[in-house]
Order: sequence, then structure tokens, then C-alpha cells
Amino acid sequence: MSLMTILAEIDYEELLEDAEGQEFIFSWEPLIILGIALVIILVYLIASRLLRSKKELPPGEFHLEKAEFETDKALQFQDVKVTFATEFGTVDAVRGVSFDVGPGEVVAVVGESGSGKSVTSSTTMGLTAENASISGEVFLDGKNITQMMPGALRGLRGNEISMVFQEPMTALNPVLKVSDQLTEVFQIHGKAFGAEALAKSIELLRSVGIPDPENRIHEYPHQFSGGQRQRIVIALAVANNPKVIIADEPTTALDVTVQAEILDLMRRLKDESNTAILLITHNMGVVADMADRVVVMFQGEVVEQGPVKQILRSPQHPYTQRLLDAMPELRSETSAEEQTHIHAESAAYEDTEPEDGYALQGKDLALAYKFRGRSNRVVEGVNFAVKRGEILGLVGESGSGKSTIAKAVLGLLEVDDGELLIRGKNLPALPRQERRALRREIGVVFQDPAASLDPRFPIGDVITEPMVVHKVGTAKERAARAKELLDAVKLPTDVINRYPHELSGGQRQRISIARAMSLSPSILIADEPTSALDVSVQARVLEMFAELQQQFEFACLFVTHDLAVVDQLADQIMVLEKGRMVEYGRKDQILRAPQEDYTKRLLAAAPVPDPDLQAKRRQARRELLAAQGLSLD
Amino acid sequence: MSEQTPNTSQTEQDMADLAEVEDAKLQAKGVSLSQSQLVRRRFFAHKPAVISLILLAFLTVLAFSSIGYGIIPGWWDKTFTATGPVLNGGQPTMFQDGQILGEHPFGQTQMGQDFFAQAMYGMQQSLIIAFVVGIVSTMIGVVVGAAAGFFRGWIESLLMRATDMVIVVPLLVLAAILGQMVAGNVWALALVLGCVTWTGLARLVRAEILSLREKEYVSAAIAMGASPTRIILKHMLPNSVGVIIVNATFSIAAAILLESTLSFLGLGVQLPEVSLGSLVDYYQGASTTRPWLFWFPGLFIIAIALSVNFIGDGLRDAYDPRQKRVGDRRPGLLQAMGLRGINRRGKDRTQGAGEAPGQPGQATHVVSAAEPKSNPLRQWRKK
Repeated sequence: MSLMTILAEIDYEELLEDAEGQEFIFSWEPLIILGIALVIILVYLIASRLLRSKKELPPGEFHLEKAEFETDKALQFQDVKVTFATEFGTVDAVRGVSFDVGPGEVVAVVGESGSGKSVTSSTTMGLTAENASISGEVFLDGKNITQMMPGALRGLRGNEISMVFQEPMTALNPVLKVSDQLTEVFQIHGKAFGAEALAKSIELLRSVGIPDPENRIHEYPHQFSGGQRQRIVIALAVANNPKVIIADEPTTALDVTVQAEILDLMRRLKDESNTAILLITHNMGVVADMADRVVVMFQGEVVEQGPVKQILRSPQHPYTQRLLDAMPELRSETSAEEQTHIHAESAAYEDTEPEDGYALQGKDLALAYKFRGRSNRVVEGVNFAVKRGEILGLVGESGSGKSTIAKAVLGLLEVDDGELLIRGKNLPALPRQERRALRREIGVVFQDPAASLDPRFPIGDVITEPMVVHKVGTAKERAARAKELLDAVKLPTDVINRYPHELSGGQRQRISIARAMSLSPSILIADEPTSALDVSVQARVLEMFAELQQQFEFACLFVTHDLAVVDQLADQIMVLEKGRMVEYGRKDQILRAPQEDYTKRLLAAAPVPDPDLQAKRRQARRELLAAQGLSLD
Repeated sequence: MSEQTPNTSQTEQDMADLAEVEDAKLQAKGVSLSQSQLVRRRFFAHKPAVISLILLAFLTVLAFSSIGYGIIPGWWDKTFTATGPVLNGGQPTMFQDGQILGEHPFGQTQMGQDFFAQAMYGMQQSLIIAFVVGIVSTMIGVVVGAAAGFFRGWIESLLMRATDMVIVVPLLVLAAILGQMVAGNVWALALVLGCVTWTGLARLVRAEILSLREKEYVSAAIAMGASPTRIILKHMLPNSVGVIIVNATFSIAAAILLESTLSFLGLGVQLPEVSLGSLVDYYQGASTTRPWLFWFPGLFIIAIALSVNFIGDGLRDAYDPRQKRVGDRRPGLLQAMGLRGINRRGKDRTQGAGEAPGQPGQATHVVSAAEPKSNPLRQWRKK
């Protein structure tokens, strides 16, 4: 029987009569149930509020104890090999690594991507991916970790060995309060429970330098700043006085001034607790600042290890030598003489407008992000002017608005106020068609090599896309231009038919540069082009960048957080803080003879790859902070 | 975790520079595979999907070649309307008395019509509906989703509220009302069904486009002055093709079931046209006396819907990098049929219990160095 026949049989009049016959009766039952639910919720809210305010916390008793060791080696790797099974066969990530970490010692494992440094450290926690097979042995204070059952290993984690992760936002659970996450560490290992655990957690927060821990402990991770979050992650790591802390790139995601603070904190905690630290990093400045000994890894093998001074001052292995050579150098120590010289020079230097005008100029530029009809000014009152063949370095910490300025020049963001002149034409005032035509004059290189090339375009098409968009040349001419540009960025011309996923990060960034150059633009915007690259790869890309700049004479806006990179490339520098211009001038003037407090702090916080010099700089930074009336922690 | 083989290690050690190693590797690389080639490879490694593809192709060829379509004749000599004498109570003659097909392989109806011809005709109609619905709903969904995701603002509000309007009305009611209006025409019914089933895809495509908007290659395209059409067609849609194809496949399976449901309720395909769903409806009363009249169309519905679903599964595994599986975790037939436990337990017994974790062959997923974000165990580095 189909639905239609059912529908046909319904007697609607009868139904109507039935309905009229029924009276609407008001019933209390649903309201009563609703009421009970409401009361329960109210009682819970009131009770939780009362409990928190009334509870007398026992006095905090957390203090770092000296970790005690049974052997003289906190952590020992013996011929560790890790192999990953993949779709395309097996990959040897680590090929027989042996070294050890003594009590109270900081050993830095350095190397570039693919060197196996993170994989090596993950064997100590049993955190390797499931497709990994491990051979060799790892001893934690005499206990063999690789042979341990999962249960026993769980007992060690967070108790005898703990970890500080790179990205504090993802290392903390965003839906749990900080108090829940801190007390959890004590409760899991049976060290303290309930109110006692909470009191301990508060003391713990105080010891890592979080102000007002009694109240702030009840907040969520997103209410803390990036540096404070990393302090909380460190607090989690030191909570149970572990013997070993694995710090996997603990400061890589942080700004340079915050990095200096976090390193200070880690050094203080280590001195108090005698904990061994295995520090994984690619930053030689951090190594110089923290480490006692250094292990250099390359392609899964240890190429050199030794005391920090020996490795950084007189490296033996060619890889280490080249790695140190590739580090861009920031020279900020100057004598008083040199300073006066710089001042005289910069006073003598007159910024005359060239005949054909500035390539790129901003006048009282203000930029805003619009969200639901409200606009939020992120950049205000910025002035700059770049001539043809000059590089302007935009420097600042995260949130300073440096990338926002780059976005505005690229037309990805509307100018809120002020003028933005591109070859003398005010971009925001131009009609749409002219604006589009002006885009020919601007090339762009972005930060993330993984995301800046369309994965479905072969390299040749990627490079010639700007030509296709602006309808320049025939197919043959475009192909010829692509080959020419590949030569210019020193890649073999047969990559023209390859796809971006086959290329490494550095190679992709070179393709990005080639794409930016394809219409020979007069302006190039580089938004942190080397921040995601390894040191030696970065060196190569920067070298190429400088070469191309010589050749094509484009004006360039170079956005970066790395002062050393700016020192290598830029002609002028603008320092930004929270959307405001702090200091703007010639490179020597900004880096060697800074006037503003903020610039001085920024320069003082950048670590240099020399242990003795870094120790001096650390002291100088403390004095500077004290002189500026800022707290040290 | 770069991809290398042990035999190249020596040359790598000689070159003490990462940039050099990478360039050398690029030179040494053999054939280059595009994304779609990789996807094709992974798809053909997915056994259930390949078998389903073959089965679906076989059923389609069978349905259209046997009784022909329109004026094109087929190899089967009877039509689905012609009546004849009922032989042997209309029992199926397939595999009876030493013959493979016989006179009436699927038996006969009460009126003596050849049921094989009827089932084939029904299958034709069902397949036409399924594929037309799949194509129409995908096209509408992609256009709506892409426009909403790319332009944002009032266009997005308008399109998404329209989508919500379609979603809040129960699908069956909408399909039934519109189906009544086209009364019986299979192509029109397919178009109508396509016009009510695009909502899910529109939302998925919009979400995908929203996430692609944030990619730097899209920013780069905007910055170089590319038009919105070019960005959507050249950059965004090709990169969301995984989502689109996978969901188009699933919408085909859903369309077959929706058509069957409607026809079963008497609201879809009307006599004299028949579809698999209406055949089940007509002969459900005969399920005790002449069960073959009920079972054959029912089994065809299940076979088509299942195989399309498996193809969709295979495509999803092939497109989604997080689903990459290797070694013994690659889905075999048993696993896909929900019998994974049996298979694995057998293997464990042969290998011996008590293996330490992290041994070779236990790989669940592989991550290319190019896509570190797809590995949950590796943190994305910001240097």
C-alpha cells in the first residue's frame, strides 16, 4: 500500500471533530522538571563560588628540591637507531647516536631539519610515532627506557623525566583551567591532592614568575601571554622535581625579548634543582646562552660533540664549521667613537628624493582590521620611503603590525587612513582597474614555504602565473622566462615539470622568489621569507636575494623578526612596536647607535653564538633593564 | 624526516651542507608524480574500492546493453512490458536444468512479463537518476559553496540562509512534493532531486574555500592581481577537489536510496516507468509467494549503493593525507567489510604475542616532510 492510498483514506472532518473534542489541559509536570534543573544549576554555581572564596588554602610548601641521582649519568643514549616505515619504503631518521647528559648539565642537540634531533629526544619519553622502530638503548639514571612496559614508562613521565614543548598554546589544554592542569601533575603521581595540590601549584606558579598566582591560577591558558604560557609549561615540567627535562625548541615560537626571559628562568630553575636538561634547538645563540656541552647532528648522525666553547669557537667537523659560518651575524657592540661617527654620518646623510620619485612611500599610514562592522586600528602613523634599489627592513615582535603593512602594500588590506604611494601613485585613491595594473610592479615572497605554492600547479606554471594573469607574452616566451628565472635562483631547469611537494622548503622559497621576479617588478615585498628555513638554507636564500637585488634593482620591504638578517641585507630599518613606529633610520644608526629604549632592549635580547660574549651580553641586558626601571623576571 | 634511502647516506656525509644535500636529492629524483597521479595510485591500492568500481561498471554495462536504451536494441530479446505465458509458475530459470540464463533468468511476474527485462529497465532508470542527481547536486553545491566562501559578506549571508532554508525542510517531504509535480518523468525527477540534495556539499565546499582563503598561495594570487574567477577556478576548486569528488560519490549512493524510498512510497517513478525502488514497492506483497520479484531489485539496490559507497571510501583515503595508510594497515577486503578484528587477531597469533611497541610493520600512517601539519606527533615549527 503506497502513501497516496493512505492519504486518500484520511477523513479530515473526523479528525477535526476529534481535535475539537479534546480540551487543552494545563499541566505542571514539565515546568516542575525545568524548575528542578534550574535549581541544580544555580546551587552548583553558588556552591562553586562559595567553595573557592571560603577555602582556606594551607600554606604553600612547594620548593624545588635537588634532584638525586643514583648514577653519574642522568641520561644516556647508546647507539640509538630509529627507522620509520613509510609509503615509499623505510627512512632512517637516526643512525646510531650515542651521547650522555650528566646531572645538572645542559646538553644542546643542534642540527637542521631532518637531522633527527627531535626524533632522538622523543625516544626518551617513548613518544615516537607508531610507524617507528627503535634499536639501541636509552638509560635514564641507569634504568633502560627502551625495554620498559608502557605502564612503567607512564610512571616515569612527568615524574622523573618531563618535557617542555615548542608551542605553549598547544601544549596547554585550552578548555581546562591552569589550576586543573597543574594539580593534575601532582595528583597523577600521588604527590599531593585536592587543596594541598592547589596550594603547591600556586607556589609553583610563583616560582616561575607569574604575578598574582592566587587569582590567576583559576584562569584559562588563553588569558595569559605567550611568554607566561611557556612559563606555565615549564612549571608543569619542573613540578615533580624531575631528573631530566627535555626542552624541544622551547623558545622558537617566542619573541626575542621573551626568549631571553624564558632562558633566564630555565637557567635559574636548573641551578636550583640540579636537573639535567636536554635542549633541542637550531639557534646557536640559545646554545651559547644555555648549554654546557653541544652535540651536533646531521642527517641522523652525530658529527661532533664537545664542550660549548670548543664547538662554537673551534669546530672540527666541516658541517659544524659551515653551520656556524651560515649564521647571520648581528654586530651591535660599538665603541663610543664609532657611535659618534655613526651619528655624524647619519646627520650628514640627507634623504633626498630621487628624480623619479620614491618607489614606495607611506605617509601617516593607518591600517585597521574590520570585524563585524567594527574596525580595530593595528597600525597608526607610520611614515617611510624606499628608493629604487634599497631595502627597508621592518623589524618588530609579534603583534607589532609589520606584516600588516606588507599586506596593505600588497592590496590584501584596505588602507584606513593616510597615503600609500607606489611609484608616486596613491594606491587607495586609484580606481580598481589602475590598481590591478599597478600590481605588476609588486612581487611578493611569503613566509611559509609549504603554503606559498599551489600544490596542484607544476613549478613552471607557478613561476609564470603573474605573466598569465597580466597577459604578458606567448606560451613559448613564458616557458623561456621560467627557465631563465630558474637559472637565476640556481635550480635545475628540469624542475619546471615537477610539483611543489617534491621540493624542500628552501627550494620552494627560491621558486617563490622566481615567481615574484617573473614580471621584473620594481617593488618586492618579502614577508619573513627565511623564518621557516634552516640556517644554511637561509644563508643560501639570502645570498641569492642580495644577488637578485643587485641585478634587478628593486625596492624592497623586508619584514622580519631577526635582527641579524636585517643587518645582513637592509639599507634602512624601521622598528615597530604595537603598531607604532619606534625608530626609523639608516641601518648603522638603528643597530649600532639606537636612541629608543625599546630598540635597545630588542638588541640586547638577541643572543649571539659565542658563550663568553653571550654571558657579557646577558649581564649588559640585565643592567639595561634595571636602568630602564623594568623588572628582571 | 627527509625521505632518503640508506645507500645515499655516504654521499650525504661528504656534502656538509643541508642546502647541497637537498639540491642533490632533487637532481637524483626519478619520475615526478602530480597530486592526481598520487591519488590515482593510492586509489588503485584500495582493494574494496577497485572491486566496487569493477562491479558498478559491470552492472551499468549489463543494465544498458541487455535490453538496450531508447531505440538502440540490446542483446536480450524480451521487453519489460511484453506479457507471455507464465512458465513453471514464473520461477527463475537461472542455473536451472543445466542452463545459465534460460528463458526467464529472474522469473516472471503474475502477468507473465519477463522479470529480467523489468529489473534491467528499473536499474537503468535508477542509475540515470543516481548519476544525474550526483552531477546536478554537486554542481549547485560547488557553485553556492564557492561563491559564499570566496566573497563572504552579504553574498555569503544570502546563499547560506538559502541553504539553511532547504535544510530545515525535511528532505523527503520536499522531494515528495516536487516529485509529484514532475509526475513520472525520470529525467525531470532526477533534476528535481538534484535541486534538493546539494545543501551538504555547499556547506563543505564553503568551509574548504574558507580555509583555502588563508593559504599564502591564494594571497599571492590576489597580490599579483588575479581575478576572483581565476582564483576560484584555478586555485581553490582544484585544491578542494578531494572534498567535492568524495561527497559527489556519497551523494550518488544517497540518491539511489532516496529514489528507492520515494518510489517505494509511490511518490517517485510512476507506472508505466519502473525503477528498482518501484519494483520493490509493486512486488512487496509477493515476497512470500514469488520472493524473487522482491529480492532481485532489492539486491541490486544494495549492490549499487554499497559499491558506490566503497568507491567513495577509496577516494577519501586517496585524497586525505591524514588517511595515508601503509603496510598491513592498508585496508583489505576483510577490514572494509568490518571484519578487521578477525584478520588482525590471526596475524598477531602467527607473529607471537608480547611484542614491544614500535616494531616495524606496525605503521599506521606516513607523513611526508612536505606536510608536517598532517602529522599529529610533529609540531609545526615557526622559526
